[in-house]
Amino acid sequence: MIAVELSKLFRRPRTWVTVGLLCLLPTVVAVFLAVTDVAPRPGEGPAFLSAVLANGALFPAAALGIVLPLFLPVAVAVVAGDAVAGESAAGTLRYLLVRPVGRTRLLLAKLLSVVVFLVVAVTAVAATAYEVGTRLFVPVPGSPAEVVTGLSGSTLTSQQLAVRTVLVIGYITWSMLGVAAVALFLSTLTDSPLAAALGALAVLVTSQVLVTLDAASSVKQYLPTRYWLAWVDFFRDPILWHDIRLGVLVQGAYAVVFLGLAWAAFTTRDVTS
Amino acid sequence: MTDREDAVVATSGLTKRFGSVVAVDDVSIEVRQGDRYGFLGPNGSGKTTTVRMLLGLVYATSGRVELFGRRMPGPARGTLSDVGALIEGPASYGHLSARTNLALMDAAGPGSSRRTRRRRIEDVLEQVGLDGVGRRPVKAFSLGMKARLGLAGALLRRPRLLVLDEPTNGLDPQGIHEVRDLLLELNRGGTTLFVSSHLLSEVESLCTRVGVLQAGRLVAQDDLAALQAPTGLVLVRTPDPDLAVSVLDGRVVRRDGDLLAVRASTAEALAGLLVQSGVRLTELRAERRTLEEVVLELTGPGSDRVARGPDR
Repeated sequence: MIAVELSKLFRRPRTWVTVGLLCLLPTVVAVFLAVTDVAPRPGEGPAFLSAVLANGALFPAAALGIVLPLFLPVAVAVVAGDAVAGESAAGTLRYLLVRPVGRTRLLLAKLLSVVVFLVVAVTAVAATAYEVGTRLFVPVPGSPAEVVTGLSGSTLTSQQLAVRTVLVIGYITWSMLGVAAVALFLSTLTDSPLAAALGALAVLVTSQVLVTLDAASSVKQYLPTRYWLAWVDFFRDPILWHDIRLGVLVQGAYAVVFLGLAWAAFTTRDVTS
Repeated sequence: MTDREDAVVATSGLTKRFGSVVAVDDVSIEVRQGDRYGFLGPNGSGKTTTVRMLLGLVYATSGRVELFGRRMPGPARGTLSDVGALIEGPASYGHLSARTNLALMDAAGPGSSRRTRRRRIEDVLEQVGLDGVGRRPVKAFSLGMKARLGLAGALLRRPRLLVLDEPTNGLDPQGIHEVRDLLLELNRGGTTLFVSSHLLSEVESLCTRVGVLQAGRLVAQDDLAALQAPTGLVLVRTPDPDLAVSVLDGRVVRRDGDLLAVRASTAEALAGLLVQSGVRLTELRAERRTLEEVVLELTGPGSDRVARGPDR
């Protein structure tokens, strides 16, 4: 069943268009930076971009930072929102269920294919960004920029950099689990993939707004987007684990709760589409 | 369960409520091995909801469903891999080819061998007349081709039971004829058919047994031949109607030009009498009620009319 779901996912042109667009945005940013050589002032713009200008090896992390706040969650919400509701709208859900595919099994296969999509998308963004970054931003030989400097000012070896980039990929993938679970849950309730995706995005936007609101500080730490930006802590020396750990916990909690709800809703519901 | 060991589909007291609306009310269906069962009813009478309950898509409010003597929906979900189904029209992944669609569906569930998959796909495509369809995506198919593909999907695992909801929707007369022949052939090979339809002619020409649903209740379930029992009248067509009327002397119930409806115990006795009296005969047959008459009598008027009931 999982092989069937993956095959459906990767045979869809939409999947590749989405991944392509995700890779395109950081590339556009990189081209502008390289052509104009104007770096965002410190404290403005996406994290890391000023450092990238000196050494492109940091660009994969910066690229993930660019797609993280909006593009990546939108893509995840669309794919996860489509998971069950899309089958429902196309009428193929009833044929899958009488095939028979158990409802729990189908939901697990859908979840897994969403996660695989996420990993593929995030890895593709990082890989493209590495290619683009190392080509466009070649450090001047002998200059201090030839070594990569972390946020704490200490230098990172290329091995350290690789390990930390992989950690960032993992953390950002994990950060999307909350959105994916909410979208999957909504997807089991409605026959409209659009409604499920937009519903999940509405949850995210609400969370983003509340995170910046001081009046909401009492709930802030439980919001799904609260620790999204903690990935930059991987580039401190030593790595600042505190927020990362909380981020992992919060996302895990959202994933467990909403996947539980999705399971409860899907296994007890009448399929009338 | 004991007295219906050969029942392929058996429901007892099957009921489904959607809120305050009772969609299916205390329905007890029995379909036996080898039957060609026609499930008739006007639109909105609960046919599709019943079919969905048989297949475990909709959960019954009360009552039970058994397929091949096993409770549905139950732990033995694998029961369904012996069932081929077409529910409310075919559905497929539009951007994929017919073959890919069939292969994906086949691989998704249990009870199918990967080794024979390609062979089986070619076989069913040939059976439904789609073998030359190539790699074109299903979204480019005509309605009739999609209907054929839906049927191919239902046949893919050589099921012992076929549950078909409006199987000829979207087919042209030629296609309807082909599908009927195919279903009859499968039935001769031992496949039990359960065909839900609002088309009386379709059921009349295909089925041996009929259940009639009206407003969620099963108002009749019997062999087609029994429902269409003779009316006790014999229809006589003759070029000498006046002579016939005088010979028969008051036994003519209706006269419509040269067609007479005559009260008679058997057609044979009547034929002898008329021929002896010099009445020439063009046609003579016992009158049987058509399925249409039977069903209209059972279900009353109106199919999709939504009348204001006394309870609303």
